[in-house]
Amino acid sequence: MEVRWDVFWIIMGSALLTFIPRVLPLMLFSKIQIPMWLLRWLEYVPVAVMAALIGQELFMADNQLLPITHNPALWAALPTIAVAIWTRSLLGTVLVGIVAMMILRYLMG
Amino acid sequence: MQGVKDCIPTLLGYLSIGFAAGVIEITAGLSLAETALLSLIVYAGSAQFIAAGMLASSGSATAIIFTIFFVNLRHLLLSAAVSPYFRHLTPLKNMWIGSLLTDESFGVAMTRAIGRKTLSERWMHGLNITAYLNWFVANMAGAYFGRWITNPERLGLDFALPAMFIGLVVLQLMQRKNKKLHINVAIIAVVCVIFASMASLGSMSVIVAAVIAATMGVVMERWK
Repeated sequence: MEVRWDVFWIIMGSALLTFIPRVLPLMLFSKIQIPMWLLRWLEYVPVAVMAALIGQELFMADNQLLPITHNPALWAALPTIAVAIWTRSLLGTVLVGIVAMMILRYLMG
Repeated sequence: MQGVKDCIPTLLGYLSIGFAAGVIEITAGLSLAETALLSLIVYAGSAQFIAAGMLASSGSATAIIFTIFFVNLRHLLLSAAVSPYFRHLTPLKNMWIGSLLTDESFGVAMTRAIGRKTLSERWMHGLNITAYLNWFVANMAGAYFGRWITNPERLGLDFALPAMFIGLVVLQLMQRKNKKLHINVAIIAVVCVIFASMASLGSMSVIVAAVIAATMGVVMERWK
């Protein structure tokens, strides 16, 4: 049940650098008028960020493109996407993803 | 109370990802107290997965903190994207809203914002605090049961995070009017992140790819 000092400082540092980007725009833009072009741009940001995160998780490892035949994450993504479209349920999507990944890891050894 | 209710559909998603994060933190060698601290004051799934993974492979403190910072830079974009709906509040009140902003609470808020000019502060706090408590419970449950799980990868638990992002993107796309444009933006983001990673931009890759893809979205919109 102990907290090591080095881990404590890593957690504190991470917390601060998570807090700043979360609150800064909200605090600034409540005082400053946001230009129209920025609003248009912001509309595309969420999908762009999340798609980029997915792309990195599915295709890359150590800055290298993973070969399709040795990439269980990419194959597990297929049923995950299908379930997301059909059910529109976040839980269903996550559970199917985890189970698909488990089966694929088992098959691919 | 409506905010609490609107959070419910995401709760089970949080539970499974939070559980997975808890398991991975414990198996990476963090203590129960360290896991609790991480969950309560960092409160970010992606950051917690990264911290656990890098601590396990004994990465340096600076490397861990900066990787987390770059991954969390996307919160700048999320925070900026919700800001138009909270302009009626003071900066201090906005700070409280922002401090608990996550991918999911952002997703729920943006869904509610469709067709509205502002969002209520009480509603957002209801949503945020429900998500926060649920996340902590899920983390602790994962940490508790994690002691018996020796190999979380074999159970596919590490796929919880990408699967959640897939779910969130699909849900976002379904709600958009100009679906085609958003699908194009998503594809551009994926292609860009692959090139950016190969160019060894490391943790900056996601930010670079997202900025290019969102900009292309605006450009394509003008084209039509």
